[in-house]
Amino acid sequence: MAGSTASLRAYVITRVALMFPMLFLLVTFTFFLLRVVPGDPITAIFREGTPPDVIDRIKTQLGLYDPLYIQYFRYLRDVFTGNMGTSILTQRPVLQDISYYMPATIELTLSSMLVAALLGIGIGTFAGTRRDRLPDLGARLYGSLAYNIPIFWFGLILKLIFAVWLGWLPVSGRFSPRLSAPPTVTGLYTIDSLLAGDLRAFIDAISHLILPSLTLGIVLSGFFVRITRVNVIHAMGSDYVEAARARGIPEQNVFFRHALKNALVPVITTMGLTFALLFSGAILTETVFSFEGMGRYVFQAIGYRDYPAIQGAVVYYGILMVIISLFIDILNAFVDPRIRY
Amino acid sequence: MTGWSARGRTSLVGRLLGRFISQSKTFAGIIVWVGIGIVLTIVVLAIFAPFLAPFDPNTKVATEETPPGGPFLMGTDRSGQDVLSRIIWGARVPLAIVAVATTISLVIGLPIGLLSGFVGGRLDRILVLVMDSIYAFPGLLLAIAIAAIIGRGVLNVSFAVAVVYIPTYFRVIRNHVASVKQEPYVEAAVALGMSKRRIIGRYVLPNVAQSVPVIFSVNAADSVLTEAGLTFLGLGLPPGIPDWGFDISLNWQRFDSAWWATFYPGLFILILTTALTFVGEGLNDILNPLLRKKEYKAAAET
Repeated sequence: MAGSTASLRAYVITRVALMFPMLFLLVTFTFFLLRVVPGDPITAIFREGTPPDVIDRIKTQLGLYDPLYIQYFRYLRDVFTGNMGTSILTQRPVLQDISYYMPATIELTLSSMLVAALLGIGIGTFAGTRRDRLPDLGARLYGSLAYNIPIFWFGLILKLIFAVWLGWLPVSGRFSPRLSAPPTVTGLYTIDSLLAGDLRAFIDAISHLILPSLTLGIVLSGFFVRITRVNVIHAMGSDYVEAARARGIPEQNVFFRHALKNALVPVITTMGLTFALLFSGAILTETVFSFEGMGRYVFQAIGYRDYPAIQGAVVYYGILMVIISLFIDILNAFVDPRIRY
Repeated sequence: MTGWSARGRTSLVGRLLGRFISQSKTFAGIIVWVGIGIVLTIVVLAIFAPFLAPFDPNTKVATEETPPGGPFLMGTDRSGQDVLSRIIWGARVPLAIVAVATTISLVIGLPIGLLSGFVGGRLDRILVLVMDSIYAFPGLLLAIAIAAIIGRGVLNVSFAVAVVYIPTYFRVIRNHVASVKQEPYVEAAVALGMSKRRIIGRYVLPNVAQSVPVIFSVNAADSVLTEAGLTFLGLGLPPGIPDWGFDISLNWQRFDSAWWATFYPGLFILILTTALTFVGEGLNDILNPLLRKKEYKAAAET
């Protein structure tokens, strides 16, 4: 037992240590990619008709004429001291922008992931245990439709029905302008309002979150339905389930203790990878619901070649992905000892 | 079935087709035929758009936002253009982009995957690392970035979408090659001193090629969505070209008063993607009996 905790600890330490070279590569790659491609932020913002000497002066001020390696080392130094620079578009420090937009996206993605996992795993197991019967076909159809629906279109339909026609939920935004937002602690309105003990603010924040996270969550649940269904079928046909049945263990126990547990391991693994999918969907969902998050921010930053903003966002996304994959790996190593180094 | 395989040296297409026809009465077979039928219908709509569309897609033919009915089966949009005509013409861009994009991904992803899986070693590890990094990056964001850099145009969008899906081909092909490489018949060919090129061409490629139609159709569905997402965000296409995603972006602010101008283009995106998925999933069941019960996405991600 002591040995296995030690190896788990060693595994975690190795994985954490590996985070740094990965992030370093990501930062370097983004920096050079942005410099290689044509176009620059100042030209993109000022468009045509601006006197060239004005553009030249601003570019010199921003250090865009310095040799590339000097820009690179300056940038590295800034990143390691936690300075992401100032957004050329919003004129605010990138860190400040990100700390404003990031919580919205975190709130959206986490609640969508919850919706997707509950719906997907629920429907997937339901289908997997009734293979090739009518419920299974229904679930597969649901999975296909959910996965293939254009997310922005689906969001618009939900919005039209539940916000415009029925009037049950707010049409857009993160918070009602008539209420005062809770004092910022985490930036997540739901948590901050709870911390402040403001129940009305909490309900308001939740009601703004429901439609966007249902949109994103249902679309993603299609993916989970497929993965869960396949793995449940696989587990139900395996030798250990056969053996458990042969020992006379009640079917319910066979399912929950033996089949489901094993079926969920690959589902957890793929969960980490779906974050990329989730973020793609978040850009569109945020657009439809005017939900001010990172997706919209990055989209605008790309349009204006806002180097500091793009770099900052990519670094943050990278850190987030590395942490998520670390978390998932450790979770899996915990469940399945064979994975440890 | 045996008739096809017994000939031994039948062409790859012949073998696949044989297995496919013999399965056409099973559930998977029916799904494939339904999917192919729908996709072909949309292709026909796109090709014969000038003859099938009742109105010119870019001309104002009625007052703005006329509800569906009368000569306007799906109503008119906020510019007074016929929605149905725009949908028929609008099939061209997604189909063209998907066809070009998936072909580019295949042409780049397949050889790199073959090379990486067959050669192995350090090259393999580097390629896997690079491809995994692209794969872990949000696809739509990558496409947005590329589209923003290279500018508007159907070919440009195709390229932006293609880059997103290269890693998928790479992963599936590479993993497949890596496992085929261990097979006794490949090892025997190596031991007999056959050249690498011949081994790949003769033994590895035919085995691996079976996965291609499946990834192709699954990716096609995905790239329709990426293309629609891009054009919905207003990127990629010059104004004036009818396109489903682009039309939604023009009309969605008025969804509550003129639902038809937003609803129908989206419905057609859903029909096309679902049909392509049907083709992919059905083909998967038919062509890969060994992998039959494995999810393709899952296979690509392990």
